Amino acid sequence: MCLAVPGCVVQWIDHDEVMATAEIDFGGVRKRCHMACTPDANVGDYVLVHAGVSLVVIDREAAEKLLATLATLEDAH
Amino acid sequence: MKPPVESNSSFVCPLPTSPDSQTVSLAHGEGGRLTRQFIRERIVSRFSNETLAALGDAALITVGSERIAFSSDGYTVTPLFFPGGDIGRLAVFGTVNDLAVTGAVPRWIGLSMIIEEGLAWSVVDRILDSVQAAARQTNVTVVTGDTKVVPRGTCDGMFITTSGIGEIVTPVGTGPSSLQVGDVLIVSGPVGRHGAAIMNAREDLGFDPSPISDCASVATPLIELHRTSLTPRAVRDATRGGVAAVLHEWSEASGLSCSIEESLIPVSTEVRAVCELLGLDPLHLANEGTFVLATSHHQVDSTLSLLKHFEVTRDARIIGEVVPRRIVPVVLRRSIGSDVPLDDPAGAPLPRIC
Amino acid sequence: MQYLDEYRNSDLLKTQLANLRSLITRRWVVMDVCGGQTHSFLRSGLEAALDDVVELVHGPGCPVCVTPAQVIDDAIDLAQRNTVIATFGDMLRVPGSTTSLLQARAAGGDIRTVYSPIDAVLLAQKNPGLQVVFIAVGFETTMPSTALAVAQARQLGLTNFSLLAHHVRVEPAMRTIMMMPANRIEGFLAAGHVCAVTGYQRLSQFAEQFRVPIVVTGFEPLDLLIGLTECITSLEQNRTEVRNLYPRAVHPEGNSHAIKWIDEVYQIATVPWRGMGEIPDGGFVIRSEWRQFDARHRYKLDLFGNDDDAECRSGDIMSGRLKPHDCPLFGNRCVPDHPIGAPMVSSEGCCAAYYRYTAERKMHQ
Repeated sequence: MCLAVPGCVVQWIDHDEVMATAEIDFGGVRKRCHMACTPDANVGDYVLVHAGVSLVVIDREAAEKLLATLATLEDAH
Repeated sequence: MKPPVESNSSFVCPLPTSPDSQTVSLAHGEGGRLTRQFIRERIVSRFSNETLAALGDAALITVGSERIAFSSDGYTVTPLFFPGGDIGRLAVFGTVNDLAVTGAVPRWIGLSMIIEEGLAWSVVDRILDSVQAAARQTNVTVVTGDTKVVPRGTCDGMFITTSGIGEIVTPVGTGPSSLQVGDVLIVSGPVGRHGAAIMNAREDLGFDPSPISDCASVATPLIELHRTSLTPRAVRDATRGGVAAVLHEWSEASGLSCSIEESLIPVSTEVRAVCELLGLDPLHLANEGTFVLATSHHQVDSTLSLLKHFEVTRDARIIGEVVPRRIVPVVLRRSIGSDVPLDDPAGAPLPRIC
Repeated sequence: MQYLDEYRNSDLLKTQLANLRSLITRRWVVMDVCGGQTHSFLRSGLEAALDDVVELVHGPGCPVCVTPAQVIDDAIDLAQRNTVIATFGDMLRVPGSTTSLLQARAAGGDIRTVYSPIDAVLLAQKNPGLQVVFIAVGFETTMPSTALAVAQARQLGLTNFSLLAHHVRVEPAMRTIMMMPANRIEGFLAAGHVCAVTGYQRLSQFAEQFRVPIVVTGFEPLDLLIGLTECITSLEQNRTEVRNLYPRAVHPEGNSHAIKWIDEVYQIATVPWRGMGEIPDGGFVIRSEWRQFDARHRYKLDLFGNDDDAECRSGDIMSGRLKPHDCPLFGNRCVPDHPIGAPMVSSEGCCAAYYRYTAERKMHQ
């Protein structure tokens, strides 16, 4: 289970606690997704969307750090 | 002519379909294994003649001293109007393409419409205007047809069947049974556009921009290929079941396998987004203006160069080759270098969350 | 697509693969719990590439597969009683005791696939004359979406929407597996998206109790590889902690908003898993405050029902005790087209995956 896809928050539509929605951009294509689990996501943040619902805000720094570590490994080879 | 080779893959289920095989299911109409089985077991078996048994997109017939191609196709698309086209346009281009892939210049179309009671005349007019425009564009003439009206609820707005006759330029090889190891596989453009467009429209998924159907005539580049003697070994438009269905069909017919490379498959941004979110494979989605072509390796460069010359096939590219028979009929080479099977579609592609 | 393509980069993958191979001194047995990870391992070709160095056992982490036949039977029954059944596409081909939702649709049942449970709520809103039931399956990853669905239904004042829910928890199943006498699992890759929701602090207790390393792992090929590498590194160094190799999505405490929504609508309960019997605290039921949205309450449906096929060995297979081909039904009565047990049911189920993908490897041997 758990097909979740990363997308970028481009516009908030509704900030209601239950009905919260935003336009999310997935590689150039937008779709409205439900944001009640990530009410603090900012425009420009990336989120992971599963079954139409944004589950978490992606931690950019953590991602960069990890990729940097892997790149060091690659250089070492 | 070689009879179709029964797959000896352990992946072919020994029982026909699912426990209830007493009735027709939608899966039988989705292209792919179950459709082929239906055709083989119930149609070819009854109407056994060499022309039909070739199972080309169009039948090749000799009339006096003339060679003609004759094709027939039904269109049941919902919604009737979708990004990139409508049922009228689809019905003309679909049959035109079926004739062109078999090496014929499309000439005459028969148009049969089954219309649901209650459909607005404005809708009928729009669709007929589309048919007219598509016919003009492809230089075909609508010469005969039929109209029927059925009670409300017994069809989805409108169903259209088009039949077409074309004049053979050069027949395309002897079809997929003549494929050889080393033949190169080419796809004429980005894959899965029609299937993704329909899905977005029908299920109201809200993808923006929507994928746009590739509904188009590919007659011009194909006829040109034949005129310049770059006759392909096999050509098939990748409709229901997508590119995967074509490759499986070719494997079955030739007794060989098709190997394609993941990194070479062209996919548009819109189709990619739909597929990523819904867990779909673009190779399983329908196309309506995109074909797969197999040609001998020494014709590849000229073929590609010709295709790229035309707008509708400008993104043509090599995706793989025909290889000796493996356990798996169609193989997808992943970017890390290992091979995985590409499934034979057996039913409509379903969105998943798993 | 950002945060996707980087984790599919073939150069990085090849380097990582080489790195992993250089670390290994024996063939460890690692379980990837989540069906999505299994799917990704197989589709990316990683499974094939690693076959000689790691024994990957695909766990019971396919909520579709472990949904009891009873749930499907109930849905089919409802569809015949003038109710619209809305479902994820994954469920459509799953066989109930006799037939599947797909076949029931062919026979005239109003059964529709949706991408999101909230789309089913919209369906109910637009069609006040229809009763809509959504089949709510999945782990904690999916639960926020079904919980939100009923929350939205309530806010909209709908009386024609309910959930036929069978959400499950991974951890109790992992526990059941580890407690089986012939269990061979030495390390776990924990489901990254479940952990994104719930956090992973509670996994420490599990790791300690069973002395196994657990690595929170993502789903893209690179995520799988680095998760697996970390797990094997731990095994090689005799460490049994919980490590997070999916930090871009997972924090130790999870997502409090998502947890709040789950807690709001659901409570933990003992539920049956297909092919594995009753798993204590193995799933969830809808809380009584939300019972008007609970299809079991509305239509008087039982949670516990039909027995599984006696010959089916899914429990043993999902725990790694047996390989799919050890099951007497594998490849004859039970194949992807007409599956019997959970692991053959969906394409991530280990039997279905095995059926599809191992023939190719055999060819190379």
